[in-house]
Amino acid sequence: MKDSAEQQSGGLIARRNFLGRSGTLSIAAIALLSGRESLAQGMGNAAADVNILNVALGLEHEAINAYQLGAGSGLLQKPVLDVAVQFQGHHKGHRDALIATIQKLGGKPVAEKSLDEYAKALKADTLKSQADVLDLAARLELGATNAYLGVIPAFKDTALAKVAGRLAADETMHWTVLSNALARSLPTAALTFGA
Amino acid sequence: MRQRNTAAAYAVALALLPAAALADAARGKTLYESRCVACHSIDANRVGPAHKGVFGRKAGSAPDYDYSPALRASKVVWSQATLERWLANPEQVIAGQRMGYSVSESADRTDLVDYLKTQR
Repeated sequence: MKDSAEQQSGGLIARRNFLGRSGTLSIAAIALLSGRESLAQGMGNAAADVNILNVALGLEHEAINAYQLGAGSGLLQKPVLDVAVQFQGHHKGHRDALIATIQKLGGKPVAEKSLDEYAKALKADTLKSQADVLDLAARLELGATNAYLGVIPAFKDTALAKVAGRLAADETMHWTVLSNALARSLPTAALTFGA
Repeated sequence: MRQRNTAAAYAVALALLPAAALADAARGKTLYESRCVACHSIDANRVGPAHKGVFGRKAGSAPDYDYSPALRASKVVWSQATLERWLANPEQVIAGQRMGYSVSESADRTDLVDYLKTQR
């Protein structure tokens, strides 16, 4: 189903190109850990950081599946569908970076659930229009932005805090585009994210 | 029977909530939607457990949620005080838990708990 949804978007080649770039993101994230082999071997606070990274990975699994549900719903029209698939690709890049980092730290990455489980938790059966799908995506992206910003101070390793900041930046980009597609106004005040 | 009495007591307590508390709960709902929904829903287990009925229940007891061993073993019961302490510093309340997120402002914590109280 995932492959068919991606092909439906007509953006498979573009997505492959994107995944090539997100592969670079993964390597960059891992590079942040280079020279920290002692930490990667489980020293000190690595377990606490792995817990946070696994929560983040859970978010990314859910986001990937949320976009899958949207792409497979038949409710998204081009070019919105292409953008949704591109955002799903970003989340796959995040997932890959997080899995690699968790494993490098000696942790066990949390497993993805079934698409049906995500559909039930996200009440996918209530999505009746493109706007419904975009609203769900915007809510999840805003939540993810604030979650990533919120965990930055909790990381023991500042390199991981930087990764959380970069993830938050991607989610903010997604939220902004989705809000624009929903014709919603931008925040009037400054410093609204992560407050 | 005890559950029914508890539910009735909560219903009475909700009815007696002053307008200010309801206003705080409304602000708490807004805070919840911007800060908590990445991981939590009121009525579904997601990355975090469902919050329906969290006020007054034992930590680590939401049905069908895969808690950390630390949460499962905890004796903490979620009250105004314990929830506010949890939101301020989860690890300090239950060491070994998995939530890395915290809420820095005291007023925000109070309003979030006020909102959670309304979710029976």
